[in-house]
Amino acid sequence: MKTNEPRSSWAAFLFPALQFLLVAATVYVFLSKKYDPPPAITAAGAAIDHQYDMTLAVTAVTFVLAQLGLAFVVLKYRDHGQRVQYSRGNNTLELLWTSLTAVLFVGLALLGGKAWASGRMFEPGPDTVRIEVTENQFVFNFRYPGPDGKFGRLDPRKVDASLGNPIGLDPTDPAGNDDIVVPTLTVPVNREVELLLRSQDVIHSFFVRELRLQQDAVPGLVVPVRFTAEKIGHYEVVCTQLCGLGHSNMHTYLDVVSAEDFAAFVKNGGQ
Amino acid sequence: MSAHGHTVHVSAAPTGFIRKYVFSTDHKIIGIQYFFLALTSVVVGMLLSVLMRFHLLWPGAHVPFLQGGVMTQAQYLSLVTMHGTMMVFFVLTTAPQAGFGNYFLPIQIGAPDMAFPHLNMLSFWVTFLAFLSLMAAFFVPDGAPISGWTAYTPLSGIGQATGPGEGWGQTMWIVSISLFCLASLLGALNFIATLIDMRAPGMSLMRMPLTCWGWFVTAILTLLAFGVLLAGGILLFLDRTAGTSFFLPAGLVLTDQLQPHSGGSPLLWQHLFWFFGHPEVYIAILPGMGVASHVLSTFCRKPIFGYKAMVFAMNAIGILGFVVWGHHMFVSGMNPYSAFAFSVMTMAIGVPSAIKTFNWLGTLWGSRIHFEVPMLFALGFVSLFVSGGLSGLFLAQPAVDNLLHATYYVVAHFHLVMGVASIFGMFAATYFWFPKMFGRMMNPTLGKIHFWFTFVGAYCIFMPMHFLGLVGGIRRYADYSAISYLQPLRPLTMFVTFAAFVTVTAQLFFLFNLFWSLKKGAVAEKNPWHATTLEWTIPSPPPHDNFGGQYPSVYRGPYEFSVPGAREDFIPQDLEPSQLAAEARS
Repeated sequence: MKTNEPRSSWAAFLFPALQFLLVAATVYVFLSKKYDPPPAITAAGAAIDHQYDMTLAVTAVTFVLAQLGLAFVVLKYRDHGQRVQYSRGNNTLELLWTSLTAVLFVGLALLGGKAWASGRMFEPGPDTVRIEVTENQFVFNFRYPGPDGKFGRLDPRKVDASLGNPIGLDPTDPAGNDDIVVPTLTVPVNREVELLLRSQDVIHSFFVRELRLQQDAVPGLVVPVRFTAEKIGHYEVVCTQLCGLGHSNMHTYLDVVSAEDFAAFVKNGGQ
Repeated sequence: MSAHGHTVHVSAAPTGFIRKYVFSTDHKIIGIQYFFLALTSVVVGMLLSVLMRFHLLWPGAHVPFLQGGVMTQAQYLSLVTMHGTMMVFFVLTTAPQAGFGNYFLPIQIGAPDMAFPHLNMLSFWVTFLAFLSLMAAFFVPDGAPISGWTAYTPLSGIGQATGPGEGWGQTMWIVSISLFCLASLLGALNFIATLIDMRAPGMSLMRMPLTCWGWFVTAILTLLAFGVLLAGGILLFLDRTAGTSFFLPAGLVLTDQLQPHSGGSPLLWQHLFWFFGHPEVYIAILPGMGVASHVLSTFCRKPIFGYKAMVFAMNAIGILGFVVWGHHMFVSGMNPYSAFAFSVMTMAIGVPSAIKTFNWLGTLWGSRIHFEVPMLFALGFVSLFVSGGLSGLFLAQPAVDNLLHATYYVVAHFHLVMGVASIFGMFAATYFWFPKMFGRMMNPTLGKIHFWFTFVGAYCIFMPMHFLGLVGGIRRYADYSAISYLQPLRPLTMFVTFAAFVTVTAQLFFLFNLFWSLKKGAVAEKNPWHATTLEWTIPSPPPHDNFGGQYPSVYRGPYEFSVPGAREDFIPQDLEPSQLAAEARS
């Protein structure tokens, strides 16, 4: 191998071309918005989307500059007989890009805190609708406390889906007599809802794209999450945590209804 | 010390077939054994993924050799589990560290073997047992487990009641993983002891090739992380077989039956698992970063840009890698306050990752690039690492994770950055070191075909997956028919599947090249790439004790390319300064 003769290769052109294609295709699909999630129906969801957009702006600039930068240096410094610029590095540059990325990345993390807190850290107000969600292989059950506003006691020994008691309501507790247990979720529009997530068997999850809300349901825990839906409609609820054989069939619906319709729903015992 | 280094007495090479090739204590043979174990595993893992992609498009199709003829949802989930386990443990942990690290770490630091050769042999054979246990899970009653490579309990913690494959299959999985942990711990001890104790005179830590830094940091991570998984594995095993309740709370009801457990926590398993699982990501990628740096510098004919910054970045990644595991658990039900801390730490780990990328670009700047096959894969590594790493900035934020968690976005992210980038590191390593390991060159034309198909193919598989995830495509779903919003995703799913078929087929170029070159490749010279590190100063393949009794002394750093005034464009680490001066005068 003679080191001083240029050793050109078509890879010097193909690699940058592919990098360019990668950047162009990625930017195009993002701009086309063809694969954007459906619009958020909560203010918290909009805040999450805002955080997403900011992150997208930072990563998009970094992605385009880094990938095209890589394409550029590969093209420019292909072997055409040039002399190598002997260098072991540059401390000023190191300092510059270290501090720049640190500020950008950590700054993004700090900015995103608020959007997270809104769905997870809260005290329910007096007007908050509380709904208990019980998941098991492979169904959802939603429990409303009924007119007395109190959830009845549960006893896991009483669980018997075939007898119409899928979540194990204890018949000896009068508070449970008016509890409503239904397989789909109905909530009033523009009113805060608190879900209390439980699981009876393995870990499941609760995910509604339009709410921008995903939370695991863990046996042994009651996990509270909060949202205020601002748009009446019919939405899909899915399980996103691998829960066994029927995982991909485990789904139900969220109905966001008017205040009147919700009052009627509760009054009629979930009908 | 003599002018040509120093002499060390080493044991004579074994002559019998068994001691030489099977129960060998030679780190080079063990490295090759690990390499072929990983190669077998990657073929199995890849075929499983092909079956998965096939099932997603044609769930009702007839599959030959399958019990019942048509793949069930349980079988699909078994494939998910076994693909992940096979790839993460037996490929991404095995080839870059135990394979190439075993072979080249002692040579690159100028040592005759690992510090504990018998321990090294034991590590490999325990790993092999782990591999057999995992493969056995396919053949036990009810088949392989369905709980994913993360084996979240209670799904994995109770037994058959939670689903098919959760009986014997899950038990075999735990046995396999526990054995694997044990073997990895032994291997990590060996790597650390060797690197600290057996460096040649003059081979200071800051003169080590970046590959050695990659293996060193990885060994430390392995030592600290796999012990935790081993503990978790044993507790999970006890929950399943001895009636304990480490991970099982009271009140579990399965098919209307109350389970006799109480007092445990399913989240405890997740904490233990991810305390291992996140460092594991870096265990997979750090050796690849080392290889990419090494190969870039060599084929740029230019010193690595910012060697110290690169070493600092690898160590920073190693340390930060232990305080970010909670980002896998943002929506798990753990205390939501802790999400803040994990989020900031995770974003912070992007900083050393960015430092590495900038330094790779800095190395290319002002260089003179030789586009050999290893270099192509190193360039591909940088490109894939950037693409895969940046999507992590979204997943590192708990608010955004609400939307993206458990979707194909996550699958796309970790496959690009931890899967494909690491594999590109391994391909670069294979094409780069094959001549040293086997004394023959791999065919460059086949290598280039392999590169272009794999580079384009990997992007065609995993870039669209981000969009599948953004719009709500959920991972680990055997069947999309139940969810109406998943229906429009079929064309994109089909594109990904065909890209996967093409990419997998292209790997035949690699496999053919590998086996053909073993026998028929052009004979390799001592230093075909004109590289500087110690492995290129000895014959290809190296003798039993690596240096033929004459051990090197090291006089300079690992990447002295194109030094002004030098006669050649590379200066080997062991070239004596007096000889260098004489060459310059002549």
